[in-house]
Amino acid sequence: MRISNEEYSEMINKTAPKSPIVKDCIFAFLFGGGICAFGEVLRTMFLNMGASEDNAKTYVCLTLIAITAILTGIGVFDKIAKIAGAGTIVPITGFANSVVAPAMEFQTEGRIMGTGANMFKLSGPVIVYGCSAAVIYGVIAYLFKLY
Amino acid sequence: MEILKAFIVGGLICVIGQILIDKTSLTPAKILVLFVVMGVVLGAVGIYEPLSKWAGSGANVPLTGFGNLLVQGTKKALREDGLLGAITGPLTSGAAGITGAFFAGLIVSLFARSKAK
Repeated sequence: MRISNEEYSEMINKTAPKSPIVKDCIFAFLFGGGICAFGEVLRTMFLNMGASEDNAKTYVCLTLIAITAILTGIGVFDKIAKIAGAGTIVPITGFANSVVAPAMEFQTEGRIMGTGANMFKLSGPVIVYGCSAAVIYGVIAYLFKLY
Repeated sequence: MEILKAFIVGGLICVIGQILIDKTSLTPAKILVLFVVMGVVLGAVGIYEPLSKWAGSGANVPLTGFGNLLVQGTKKALREDGLLGAITGPLTSGAAGITGAFFAGLIVSLFARSKAK
């Protein structure tokens, strides 16, 4: 099939501006990859400080959670998340933000039923379904001696 | 080199999430659940742990890595406590991330107030 230059540019114009998904994916890749690369820098640092493999992983998670909490607190996280999309939601930063943001937002409703209860609003489902899936795995693994 | 591996693998996992957000009506909260459960499944069938060894933080930092962590912790608990480990393992292995997030949330909420929307 032969396409003239004009036809080609017309085709491009039809598709390109209407697919923000490509742009979204590029930003998600850059931010998500960036967070993971930063995590890897931290992991190497913790390993060099003498942490075990498992503990280094945990320290990386905790550091990213702490940074997310601070950035959420000063209102910067939302601005980054708007551009990064899944790039900040999918990493552990998304989980941390899902705890910290409601904690701030609902404090007007009180420390107990506001902050305390709403911290679980978004993160609760993650814990419930994650743990339940792991329990199912555990029972199956136990029955078939897969551990 | 390790950092580049982490960047690419982590970035690609996030792209999967972005495609799901753009192409389906899944809310971010559902994406979080989906990725953790997906991590549990991939960890359970033994795919995720080799990826985690290879890509390091690229596989550990996304929430699929959290799911895998639950599986690895459950496996360890099964070895130590038998069937009881299936119940104690998941939350024990996720304890640091979960407690860390809640405590950080509580501290931040003492000092910061979200701006009126």
